[in-house]
Amino acid sequence: MKSLGVRAGLLSVLLFVAFCALWQIAVTPSASTGPALDPEYAKLMGISTVGAKSAMPGPLDVAAKLWDNLKRPFYDNGPNDKGLGLQLLYSIGRVFIGYGLAVLVAVPVGFLIGMSPLAYRALDPFIQVLKPISPLAWMPLALYTIKDSALSAIFVIFICSVWPMLLNTAFGVGAVRKEWLNVARTLEVGPWRRAFTVILPAAAPTILTGMRISIGIAWLVIVAAEMLVGGTGIGYFVWNEWNNLSIANVIVGILLIGVVGMVLDLILARLQKRVTFPE
Amino acid sequence: MTRTSAETVNADRFISIEGIARRYPAAGGGSTTIFEDLWLQVPRGEFVCIIGHSGCGKTSVLNILAGLETPSDGVVVVDGQAIDGPSLDRAVIFQGHALLPWRSVLGNVAYAVSSRWRKAGRTEVEERAKRFIDLVGLKGNEAKKPAELSGGMRQRVGIARALSIEPKIMLMDEPFSALDALTRGTLQDEVRRICKSTGQTVVMITHDVDEAIYLADKIVLMTNGPEAMVAEVVENPLPADRRRDSIHHEPDFYTVRNHLVDFLVSRSRTFRDEKPAGYDPRHPPLVRLGVPPEPPPANTIPFPAVAKARD
Repeated sequence: MKSLGVRAGLLSVLLFVAFCALWQIAVTPSASTGPALDPEYAKLMGISTVGAKSAMPGPLDVAAKLWDNLKRPFYDNGPNDKGLGLQLLYSIGRVFIGYGLAVLVAVPVGFLIGMSPLAYRALDPFIQVLKPISPLAWMPLALYTIKDSALSAIFVIFICSVWPMLLNTAFGVGAVRKEWLNVARTLEVGPWRRAFTVILPAAAPTILTGMRISIGIAWLVIVAAEMLVGGTGIGYFVWNEWNNLSIANVIVGILLIGVVGMVLDLILARLQKRVTFPE
Repeated sequence: MTRTSAETVNADRFISIEGIARRYPAAGGGSTTIFEDLWLQVPRGEFVCIIGHSGCGKTSVLNILAGLETPSDGVVVVDGQAIDGPSLDRAVIFQGHALLPWRSVLGNVAYAVSSRWRKAGRTEVEERAKRFIDLVGLKGNEAKKPAELSGGMRQRVGIARALSIEPKIMLMDEPFSALDALTRGTLQDEVRRICKSTGQTVVMITHDVDEAIYLADKIVLMTNGPEAMVAEVVENPLPADRRRDSIHHEPDFYTVRNHLVDFLVSRSRTFRDEKPAGYDPRHPPLVRLGVPPEPPPANTIPFPAVAKARD
C-alpha cells in the first residue's frame, strides 16, 4: 500500500490523461465525411476534404501553442502582439499596485476601526453596502473621474481588495484576547508598542486571511477589467486572441491565469502559515 | 481555642485597601453590589491568601489591586501612593497563564523585562530573562513556544515573567486551579521557596483551603456575594518552616483547616446576619488559632471529616 500522497498523485495524472483523451476524441473530425476530391478543387468549390474539422483545438494543439508562447515570453511586436510573459507581468504589476495600495489603506484603517467599537458600529453600514458591489460596476465611475484606463483598472483592483482586508483586520483587532491586553497593561506597555507587539501578532492570522481572500478577488477582477480597458495584460490577451479566433491561445491564456492565481494564493498561504501561532 | 483579638490587622500598611466597592448595573435598573466598604491592610513581605466562594468578588478585589479594574468607590494605597491603573510595581499571575503564544518562553519573559527596563540592551534583557527561567526550573526550554509546554510549565513561565520585573507586590488569581494535583503541589513549593527567599509581598486568590494553609501568613475570609465582606483575617499558626510532606502532622493544622472549612461551609453564608458584636468593616477581626499551651492528648490525629472545600 503506497502512501495517500502517492496514490492521490497517480489519480490526478490519470484524471488528466483521461480528460485530455476525451478532449482529443471530441475534437477529432469524423474521417469519412466529404467526397473524395482533389483538395484544391474542393477549396474552389467551397467545401473541405478534411471533413468537419472543429475550430476547437485539441490538447496537442494547445500544448504546441503553449510551448510556442513559453519559448519566447517577452517579445514585443507592437500593441497587439506581445509575449505572454509580458502580458502576465502587466497584469501582475497592476494587481500588485492596486492590492498594495489596498493593504496600505485597509490594514491601518481596519486597525483603528477594530480598536474602537464606536467606529466599528458607525462604519459598518457603509462597509456592508460597499462590500457586495461588483468591482466592475465601479468602472464607469472610475473612467469618468480618473480619465485614464490604466489607472482605472488599478482603482478597481484597489476597491475590490480593500473590503475583505478591512473587515478582517477590524475583526481580528477587535477580537484580541483580553488577557493578552491585560498583560500589556500590567507591564505598562505604551499604545504603539502594544499595537505592534500584542495586537498585530494576535490579529495577524485573521488579517492574512483577509489578504488571501483579497488577492483571489483581485486576480479574478483584473482579467475582467483588462478585457474592458484593453491595451495590455492577460485579460486583454485573452480577449484579443478571441478576436483573432485563436482558441488555442485563449485556452493557453486561461491556463496561465489559473496557474498565476494559484501561485499568488500559495504565497499568501505561506505567509499566513508563518504568522499563525498554535494556542 | 479561638481568640479574637481586638487589635487591628498589622499597623504596617504596605497595601491598604480603603473602603472599596464594586457595583454592576443590574438588569432591571439599579445596581448589584458585589462588595462595598471593604477594608484590608497587608504589611510588607507578607503572603496573604483571600479565600471565599465564587461570586464573592475576590477576583474583582485582585483586579482592583492590579489596577485593571477601578473600584466604584474607595481607594487602594500601595506604599503610600493611591493606585491609578496598572503598574510594573504590581505583577499579576493570571489564572489562565496569559502567555503570548507567538513568543517563545524566553520571548515572553524578555518582553516583561524589556518593558520594565526600556533602555536595557538585548543581551542584558535576555540574560535576566534566562536567570528567572532558570529560577522556576525551566532551563533548556527557552526556545519553546507556550503551546509546546504542559500546563504546569506554562504557569511557571507566568511566574518567571512576574518575578522578572521585581514587583513590589505579586498578585495571583487562582494561579494553580487549572493544574493537576501533583503539578500544583510542586508549583506551590516553588512559589513558597521563591517568595520566602525574596521577602515578596503576595496577595493570592484561592478557593483551595490546603493551598492557603501551606502558603499564607494570613488568610482573609470573604463571605458570599453579593454584598460580600471580609469576615475575618486568620493568622496562620503553623511554623514558618512548615513542609508540604509533614504539614498535616503540625499540631495546629486541623484547627486551622477546620476553622476555614467551617467558614466556607456555613459561616460564609450566615455571617452577614450573625455578625459578632463590635464587628467593624474597617477593622476586620484578626483571629489567632492555636493549641493551648499544654500539649493535646497524645496520638489523637483529627480525622479530616471534610474534604477540600471547593465550590
